[in-house]
Amino acid sequence: MFTLRPMLSALVLVPLLASPAWADKRSDARSEVAFGIDVAQRGLWREAIYRWERAIELDPTYAQALNNLAIAYEHEGRLEKARKAYERALEIDPDNLQIRQNFELFKEINDRTVADRE
Amino acid sequence: MTGLWPTENSRSRGLLLLVAASAATMLACGPVAYEIPIETPIQPKLDVTPFQRVLIAGFVTGGSEDVDTNQETVRLLRSQLRSKSSLRIIDADVLPLMEIAQEQNRTNTEPAAGGQDGGATPVADRAQAGAGLPSRIREEKDLEPYERLFANTTYWKRIGEEYQNPLIVTGTVLFTPQSRSGFVSRDVEQYDAFGRRQVIPTRTYMERKGFMLRPKFIFIDGRSGATMYSESYREEVLYNVQQSTPALSSYFELMDRLVPNFLSALSSQKVRGTRVLLK
Repeated sequence: MFTLRPMLSALVLVPLLASPAWADKRSDARSEVAFGIDVAQRGLWREAIYRWERAIELDPTYAQALNNLAIAYEHEGRLEKARKAYERALEIDPDNLQIRQNFELFKEINDRTVADRE
Repeated sequence: MTGLWPTENSRSRGLLLLVAASAATMLACGPVAYEIPIETPIQPKLDVTPFQRVLIAGFVTGGSEDVDTNQETVRLLRSQLRSKSSLRIIDADVLPLMEIAQEQNRTNTEPAAGGQDGGATPVADRAQAGAGLPSRIREEKDLEPYERLFANTTYWKRIGEEYQNPLIVTGTVLFTPQSRSGFVSRDVEQYDAFGRRQVIPTRTYMERKGFMLRPKFIFIDGRSGATMYSESYREEVLYNVQQSTPALSSYFELMDRLVPNFLSALSSQKVRGTRVLLK
């Protein structure tokens, strides 16, 4: 009976995640991320933040969107929010070297300013 | 005649199709990582909003006698602040802080020696005052007795009143010659028999000399005479022993590295870098 429980959960969850509604959300989130990159490259960082926040609302497990959002927060000087976004991105995708590298570069600046204040 | 196995032509056509299909897929999906330049604004470490003016008062300095470290430090910081801070710079004579500290020390010692302090001066303070201040500063421990000058709020408050309550910048600067010998790792270019270039890391014994700079910047509130903030740095530069570098140019080379940190205490800075956006 107990061994059946995870299997039953999987049977319920898999169709849910594979459902058209979920696929639509995922696809919308990807579009928001792509648009955000486009506007960020043109220097419109506020608009990019809006797009990436929206992408995360649609798909809270979207590590790349969180990474981009962290970069945008960094650019805006919102360092605490940037740190949280990087940490969340790495929780979701701990093996992503590009996110890790971005976070390391961020920490170099952020830790220095914190240490200086102390 | 067509055989059972695909011919050379059909096989290469298949490979081409595969490559084309992969390329088309990549083009359709586009790249997934985009390098982007960013500028991170860093807030100043100090709240300087109560001040409109800044007085770079002077420094207790020691080490090399080839450079007038007090004059040069004051001149450099004033010129940097003029271009990179909104504070107005007070152009006053540089304070000879070593002489002032020694004068204060003598004043403090006299009543203690004459026994007129009524026991108000703590024993430790009397011992310190009695020990005197080194007239020549060679190393870091020689600077320690001078720290009392920066804690003298009455003195700094008086300086503040004289200049209409500015933010006061002072501290200590030690600029000392260094020499060191040992193994240094260097990349050596070599060409093999076929003329191919190779870079081989090689360890060589070298004698090197240069300078070390150890400044401590102290920020004092001119209204109260109290220390608001202080920070210390250490930078070093070493050259090949055959190379003759003037002390003054080494001083500027080392200060160049420190100035951004000094400025970040007073004014907001932007740190440039690149990050990778992901799809």
